[in-house]
Amino acid sequence: MAANAPLLTTQLKLLIVDDSNVIRRRIERCQQIEHLEVVGLAANGVEAIEIFRRTDPDVVTMDITMPRMDGIECVEQLVAIKPHVLILIISALADKATAVEAMEKGANGFLNKPFSDRQLNEALEELIGGA
Amino acid sequence: MLEEQDIRAFVYGTTRYFEVAAQQAASVGSPYLVTEGAPDIHDYNGVIAVSGRRNGIVCFSAPRGMLTVLLMKMNESNVSHEYLCDLVGEVANTIAGTVRRDLGKDFAISVPTVVAGAGNTVELPIGDRPVVIPINWRSHVAKLVVCLK
Repeated sequence: MAANAPLLTTQLKLLIVDDSNVIRRRIERCQQIEHLEVVGLAANGVEAIEIFRRTDPDVVTMDITMPRMDGIECVEQLVAIKPHVLILIISALADKATAVEAMEKGANGFLNKPFSDRQLNEALEELIGGA
Repeated sequence: MLEEQDIRAFVYGTTRYFEVAAQQAASVGSPYLVTEGAPDIHDYNGVIAVSGRRNGIVCFSAPRGMLTVLLMKMNESNVSHEYLCDLVGEVANTIAGTVRRDLGKDFAISVPTVVAGAGNTVELPIGDRPVVIPINWRSHVAKLVVCLK
């Protein structure tokens, strides 16, 4: 494992990116990973990059369809800033091509909307545990 | 003429939202064809444009009460107009995503737009007769308006 990759036992910082207030708050409220602390909420890719630079998160949940800058482009830019950041795509775009494109840009996991609390936590656990 | 398989994908995308996000299944009522004019719609509408093998729009139209309870079931305490708009857009987004996955080769689906507020109308393609599919959830009834040719 790379020296700057996050460890399961350390406190990790989470940035939530989604253009929907409902989804941002839902992820913030429902995530129950003990060592994961929400450090920022962003409504689009541009805002995400700004908050990312300021808060240096270890984990990001990322929507794809957003105004100003979409999630795919944002993933590419976040990975360029911090190559070991863990990114979970959370999107209603359920087709395989979208998932593959996101992974190729540097995302580490994919969760379809809608999601249950359990599915969200399992996806986050898998993302962090797999680091 | 709409094919049953096409309608199924739109309906599945809708009911799936309730089943997963609210952990309470919705049921589907008897579809009907609107023979004259446009169907009545509710205050909150998520609209997706469809092109490809079929062209037109699909609209998820929900009453305020249904969306309010849905938000509450998702443990959201903010049930403001802004959040209700967000939610109806999310349901439409889920429908769009499901259709892209299931019928992606045949359809291009737009990003949803939200039309909200009393008195607002959803523009339907001229000359097409929409099919309305009632979506029953708890004591509320939403409509899935499918207008494709």
